[in-house]
Amino acid sequence: MSRRHLPVAVTTAVFLAGFLFCSLQFENFASTRVVMNLLTDNAFLGILAVGMTFVIISGGIDLSVGSVIGFTTIFLALAIGSWGMPPLIAFVLVLAICAAFGATMGALIHHLEMPPFIVTLAGMFLARGAAFLMSTESIPIDAELYSQIASFSVRLPGGGRLRIIAMIMLATFLVGGLLLHFTRFGTNVYALGGSRSATTLMGVRTGPTTIAVYMLSSLLAGLSGIVFSFYTGAGYSLAAVGVELDTIAAVVIGGTLLTGGAGTIFGTFVGLLIMGLIQTYITFDGTLSSWWAKIATGMLLFAFIAFQQMMSGLSGRLPGRLVARTPK
Amino acid sequence: MDTPRADAPPLLDIRGLTKSFAAQRALDGVDLTLRAGEIHALLGENGAGKSTLIKAATGIIARDAGTIRLDGREIDPKSGAEAVATGIATVYQEVNLLPNLSVAENLYLGRQPTRFGLVRSAEMRRNARALLAGFGLDIDVAAPLADYSVAIQHICAIARSVDLSARVLILDEPTASLDVHEVEILFRVMRELKSRGIGIVFVTHFLDQVYAICDRITVLRNGRLVGERPVAGLPKLELVRMMLGRELAEVETRRPERDAVAADTSMPLARFDAFGRSRYVEPFELVLRRGTVVGLAGLLGSGRTETARLVFGAEAADCGTATVDGTTVRIGSPRDAVRHGFGFCPEERKTEGIVAELTVRENIVLALQARRGWTRPLPRREQDEITARFIRLLDIRPADPDRPIGLLSGATSRRCCLPAGWRPIRAC
Ligand SMILES: Nc1ncnc2c1ncn2[C@@H]1O[C@H](COP(=O)(O)OP(=O)(O)O)[C@@H](O)[C@H]1O
Ligand SMILES: [Mg+2]
Repeated sequence: MSRRHLPVAVTTAVFLAGFLFCSLQFENFASTRVVMNLLTDNAFLGILAVGMTFVIISGGIDLSVGSVIGFTTIFLALAIGSWGMPPLIAFVLVLAICAAFGATMGALIHHLEMPPFIVTLAGMFLARGAAFLMSTESIPIDAELYSQIASFSVRLPGGGRLRIIAMIMLATFLVGGLLLHFTRFGTNVYALGGSRSATTLMGVRTGPTTIAVYMLSSLLAGLSGIVFSFYTGAGYSLAAVGVELDTIAAVVIGGTLLTGGAGTIFGTFVGLLIMGLIQTYITFDGTLSSWWAKIATGMLLFAFIAFQQMMSGLSGRLPGRLVARTPK
Repeated sequence: MDTPRADAPPLLDIRGLTKSFAAQRALDGVDLTLRAGEIHALLGENGAGKSTLIKAATGIIARDAGTIRLDGREIDPKSGAEAVATGIATVYQEVNLLPNLSVAENLYLGRQPTRFGLVRSAEMRRNARALLAGFGLDIDVAAPLADYSVAIQHICAIARSVDLSARVLILDEPTASLDVHEVEILFRVMRELKSRGIGIVFVTHFLDQVYAICDRITVLRNGRLVGERPVAGLPKLELVRMMLGRELAEVETRRPERDAVAADTSMPLARFDAFGRSRYVEPFELVLRRGTVVGLAGLLGSGRTETARLVFGAEAADCGTATVDGTTVRIGSPRDAVRHGFGFCPEERKTEGIVAELTVRENIVLALQARRGWTRPLPRREQDEITARFIRLLDIRPADPDRPIGLLSGATSRRCCLPAGWRPIRAC
């Protein structure tokens, strides 16, 4: 039991220690304002990370999510600005497109038995290319809904503001947690990551689960794109380049095994917070180049993977001893 | 044993089952009849087609011809899931459950009790405990399956199948990796199921197990049906003759004479003193002499596999000494071990012993090549020679060096691991 929860416990401890360190370093750090900004700035990443957690636990990977964000933002900018579509209709439409895109990738992975890495890499190029085809400009979105959403927030004691996009992210984590940990679908995702052949032999149909996992990931990438467009107030085909790797990093730092079969939504949340914390530290420091965030993330990632490797080396084996040797 | 009425249709009736892989006939018109409340042994040498029969009958692989009747009604399962739904459940030698899920989740995967779409874990655990209690197991069902021994995992697999309203239970070599005590636990479960009227097909290589628990046998040889007999009154010699297709006497004489080992005080080939690794296996002594076979006995989890892996350097020892031919050597990796003439035939053949996608020849040559280094490739002619020698020596069937090794039957591919440490093999 405790062994299974150790990675999450370590991640949480690292975050708390890091937060304490930052709070001692800078006054004003331990405030709702800092925490809320951290949530707001990482909202789109968090939504992606929820989907990526499902994908990685199922034993796969989804490299297309960053491109899907780019596609979504440019699609929204054009649909709302040029084609005169009401924002809500545009949201529904773009989510449907994303879901269909993910389902197609899942179907290819399942039916053609192609590696997820290759299929989603192709998906990454495809989505980015489609975004460029629509427009290469950065197009501002000015709809009433956007300014309403930007101005709305819940004020917290201490001056922090819980913004809509942070709420969407928290809700995504909540729903994702329910889905992964408390439904049959969630258990099937773990089963798939544990052993695909055993899952099949146990009579669980792996096709629908695989398709649903990639559909969910792309759907959440679409949602993340919507949130990203709230955040930047524009659509741009180059938006969120390389973000898929940040997402994978957050998930792995959160204790999910890259080989599949183990991980938690809560862990991913803490992984996200750690990455946000590093970013915030650099902002507070003011003298460090923001590229240090990448370096710190890289080192953390390495440390966590080494730690997981060590854990799986130590665990699961009962210590044995030679009891007796029978003379022949 | 209660004999069912003779006029009632048999529980499971397989007729004329035929299956070819490419040019090779793995099954040729095989019949098998299973009655309710019967334990029926399916016997045959390695590669005889037992596993293929099971897979073809349960829809895991498509059959070429043949009919399958359950309770007199013809069925045609297209997948393992469909077979389970019609009442035929199979448990394989390699436990096909999910080590990363809890015991309870394994028992109820795909049919967990839910309310409003959410799994009711407490109820599921309660059911799991009750189900396992019926099999004489009292374990923490919330713990991951990987925490338990193979025997318990097997019983969980059986419990799951039986609970899925199985009427026919097929056990493909479940006892191969169990020790005596665990086999006894399994037998108790089998007898209990038999008394509930479930028909069991039991594949095993241990003849004493056949006599201990089975009612009838069906013997296959090279994909053909040899015959069906009741166990009671069947002489062991006759059974062996059916399986091998030749008299036991012939087989006996082919066995080399055993040397008198007890008196052998010559220098051991290899010895291990206070050899061990912390948190893995406590220090042990092991002495290997020329021409002897040393058995490692113990319960599952007692450290047999770990000992073997340590001896072969698959896990580095952190204390003790290894002596080969009188000189102390360091065995820190399988490479070291192979250099000193050790061969290793791992427990997890599928994952550790072979490269499934490579052919028989490539697998056999791989370790030799590794020892030469990649700058000095083994000439193809020499590769072919070596492969041909091992195929003959180890009786690998089919004798096709270019067949991907993953397509061979379990025991056959295991034999292909042996040459890895040839010249000469000292320990295995
Ligand atoms: N998927 C496959 N492709 C090709 N040949 C196979 C396949 N599965 C089994 N065979 C061959 O069929 C024969 C019977 O194998 P199997 O049924 O596994 O034997 P066993 O009686 O030991 O269980 C063997 O010669 C094996 O090489
Ligand atoms: Mg077999």
